[in-house]
Amino acid sequence: MELHKLRRVYIEFASFVFHDGILDNQYTQLQQLQDESEPKFVLQVGTLFLEDSEKLLNELRSILDQQDVDFEKLDAFVRKLTGSSASIGAKRVKDACMAFHDCCKKGSKEGCLKCLQQLTAEYRLVKRKLETLFKMETQILAAGGSVPLLSQ
Amino acid sequence: MSSPRGGDKEGGRDGERQIHVLAVDDSSVDRAVIAKLLRSSKYRVTAVDSAKKALELLGTEPNVNMIITDYSMPEMTGYELLKRVKESPTLREIPVVIMSSENDPDKINRCLEEGAEDFLLKPVRPSDVSRLCGRMRS
Repeated sequence: MELHKLRRVYIEFASFVFHDGILDNQYTQLQQLQDESEPKFVLQVGTLFLEDSEKLLNELRSILDQQDVDFEKLDAFVRKLTGSSASIGAKRVKDACMAFHDCCKKGSKEGCLKCLQQLTAEYRLVKRKLETLFKMETQILAAGGSVPLLSQ
Repeated sequence: MSSPRGGDKEGGRDGERQIHVLAVDDSSVDRAVIAKLLRSSKYRVTAVDSAKKALELLGTEPNVNMIITDYSMPEMTGYELLKRVKESPTLREIPVVIMSSENDPDKINRCLEEGAEDFLLKPVRPSDVSRLCGRMRS
């Protein structure tokens, strides 16, 4: 696909991702930080987010699998994911984390299990979108172009 | 390019003493972001993933102009790191900035009372880093 078309498809795809609140302007802030010294900064940070999130979700599942749930430990992991999702601009994941945090405070195992389900769904959604964005960004750079800055 | 995992360093400019900021965060994502924000402002950055590693580094390399640390970290929190720095005769002059994703007034006041230079809410923005410019240790 030629560069002009690649950029147009990227912008169209990204506009839906932003419109649906899956990513917010924090993602754009990261794009603005990207420069010649770190041309793949967004890809690196995004990859770190996906790796860390998988580990954090596994920790959350493991804690909720226990007979007696350690809600403080659970909340600590939820807060970590809240922070990293906010840093990448994964707004719906962050919002799901905040709902999860409220359930941890109430000490409701059932509530937390539902929150984990919702959080997992939001994470899988942002993962798909980010992977698609990264793939298109790589294609644009390989074609000699620059990645368009996105906005809500 | 340096890796944001565990610890990484950026070299200073030849012939110039670059401002050196120590960034402490157990989240690899947040560590990468804060390190990049600081490097974009032309600071030399060392990023570590724990308060323990931060104290080890400060023991061997005291020429740090600012410490910027996450509040919530396992084993030793950013608040505890702040206290250790302020209690140390060799380190107490280093300004310490706390970062957190939680807007908790009690937490913020506690840090400021303990001598924190500033408290930044995550996600940290370039404007947050800009306002720290005049507050580095000279």
